[in-house]
Amino acid sequence: MVSLPDGLAVVVKRDCPTCELITPVLRQLAGGNERLTVLTQDDPSFPPGLSGVVDDTDLEKSWHLNIETVPTVIRIKGGRESARAFGWHRGEWETLTGVRGLGEGLPAERPGCGSKTVDPGMVDELELRFGGVSFASRPVEIGGYEDDVEACFERDWSDGLPVVTPTPVRVLRMLRGTTRDPKEVLGMMPPDYPACTVEKVAINAVMAGCKPEYMPVLLAAVEAALDDRFCLHGVIATTMYIGPIVIVNGPVRRQLGMNSGVNVLGQGNRANNTIGRALQLTIRNIGGGKPGGVDRATLGNPGKLGFCFPEDEEGMSWDPLSVERGIARGKSAVTVFAGYGVQGIVDQNSRTPESLAKSFAMVLNAVFHPKTFPGPDVFIVCSPEHHRVFRNAGWSKARLKEELHKLCVVEADKIIRDVDGCAVGVPDKLAGKTLRKFRPDGLQIVHSGGTAGLFSGLLVGWGAAAEINSQPVTKEVRG
Amino acid sequence: MDNRTLLDPTGELKVVGRQKPPRPSSLDGVTVGLLDIAKARGNIFLDRLDQRLSERGIAVKRYAKATPSRLAPIDLKQKIAGEVQVVVEGLAD
Repeated sequence: MVSLPDGLAVVVKRDCPTCELITPVLRQLAGGNERLTVLTQDDPSFPPGLSGVVDDTDLEKSWHLNIETVPTVIRIKGGRESARAFGWHRGEWETLTGVRGLGEGLPAERPGCGSKTVDPGMVDELELRFGGVSFASRPVEIGGYEDDVEACFERDWSDGLPVVTPTPVRVLRMLRGTTRDPKEVLGMMPPDYPACTVEKVAINAVMAGCKPEYMPVLLAAVEAALDDRFCLHGVIATTMYIGPIVIVNGPVRRQLGMNSGVNVLGQGNRANNTIGRALQLTIRNIGGGKPGGVDRATLGNPGKLGFCFPEDEEGMSWDPLSVERGIARGKSAVTVFAGYGVQGIVDQNSRTPESLAKSFAMVLNAVFHPKTFPGPDVFIVCSPEHHRVFRNAGWSKARLKEELHKLCVVEADKIIRDVDGCAVGVPDKLAGKTLRKFRPDGLQIVHSGGTAGLFSGLLVGWGAAAEINSQPVTKEVRG
Repeated sequence: MDNRTLLDPTGELKVVGRQKPPRPSSLDGVTVGLLDIAKARGNIFLDRLDQRLSERGIAVKRYAKATPSRLAPIDLKQKIAGEVQVVVEGLAD
C-alpha cells in the first residue's frame, strides 16, 4: 500500500503536455497553506523548481493509487483519499483544492494523458511487481544475454520447434483466460504422474503460443485426455502412430476464430494449431511423455506436434459431434480422440449416397490392413461437397453410419492367415463367419473442410477393442 | 542486462533412484512368473519358455493382462510380487 501525507497529491509525467501546462498551478499550490506532494512518473527533475517532488518512476505509488490519467489531483484527509480529479479543469481543481484563481492565463480545461501505469503491457507487469502475485512453479533464472528460446531448447522443454518463453508476466496473462484457480489439480499426468495444475497448463499454453482466451478449451482438452477412458499412459507409450486429436464444437469455435474450412487439418490458424500443440507440450513437460523415453512410437505422425480442429456446424444438416455425444446444443465442448491421419477418401464421381457410402466403406475396410478385422475406431472427416451428396438424399448421420456398418464387413474365408499369400489375417477357426470391421460405437463422423473438393478423410485410431483401450472422451468447455 | 526469470513448465518431480534387484545366480528353488501382456504372439514366446523351464524342474506360474494398452492392475502386481521371485514378460510383437 502507499501512504501519503494529508493535503494534496498530484501525479504527473513530463511527457504529458497538460502536465507541462499546469506547472504554474503546481507552483501556486506549493506556495499555499496545504501540503502538496507531487509524484512524477517519468522524470524526477519534473516539474523543475518544486520541492517535495516524489520519484515514482518505478510506478509503485501510481499503481497503488490506481492512476489512469495524468495529471490526477487527489485530496488526502486522515490518511485516506477523499476526492480526485483528472486532467486540467479549472473549476474542478478549484473546488477540490479550495484555492481560487488557479492557473490564470491558462485555458479553462485540457484533457490529460494516459498514466504510465496503463502503457501497453504495463498493467500486468505492475500487478506482478506490486500486486502480491505468486506462482507455485519454480522460477528458473537465465542470464541477461542468454538467448531465451535457446535456453528452453537446452532444458528440453521444446517439442522441436521454438517456444514462446514462459515469463511470469505471460503466464499471469494466460491465467486471466480462465476463472479457475491456478492451483486446481486437473489430474495426475502420465507417464510420471505429477499433479497437473491449471498453472502448469498455462505455462505450457504460453510456450505453445496460445492466447489467454484459448485456456478454457485447452483445459477441457487436458481434462478429457486425463479421463481414464482415454488411457493417456498407453497413448503416449505405444509404438503405434497415434496422438491426441482435439475436435472442438459449439460457439467457442467462432469466438476464438478457429478455422473449420479451407485446410482445416493443416497449418495457418493460431487457435487450431496452438491449442493442439499446448496439449502435447503439457503431456511432454508435465507428464514427462517424451519421444525416445516413454513415447516409443515407431513412426509417430506430424499431428503429434499438435492436432486440433473444429467441426463446421453451420454448413451441415447433421447434429454436431458434441450433441451426438450428450452435450447440450449451443454449449461448447471438446472431444479428444487417440488417432492419426489423414487417410484420404478421394471420390469425385459418386452422385448418390449409396455409391459414396461404398467408397467410404472401401477405404474404411483397408484401415490398418485389408485383412485386419476388427479394426480400430475411426473418425470420418466428411467434406462439405461429400456431405452435400448425403444431405440432398436426406441421409442423416445415423443413416450413413448404419449403411457403413453394413458395408464394413468381410467373409472371414477371404482374410484368413496366409490367404492370398499374405501372413496377416484371422485364425482358421473363424472360417465361415462374417466379420465386422468396427465395433458398434467405433465410427464417428464430423463435417469440416473447404467447400471445394470431393475429398474426405479418415482419422484412424489405435487398435481394436477400444472399449478397454482408448475411447474418445468428450468434455464441456467451462470457464 | 539483468537476469530474467522463466517459470518451470515441468512436473518438477524429484527423481527417486531405485536399484534393480540383483539377478539371481541360479534358478534353483526359484518360482518364475510368466506375464502375458496380451501382445500378439507373446503367448508363443511364453509357452516355449514355460516348456523349457518346466523341463528343468523349475516352478512356473502364468499371469495375464487384459490389454497391453493399460498399466497392470495393482492387485495383479501384488499377486505376482507375492508368488514369484522372477518375472519374464513378452513385451513386443
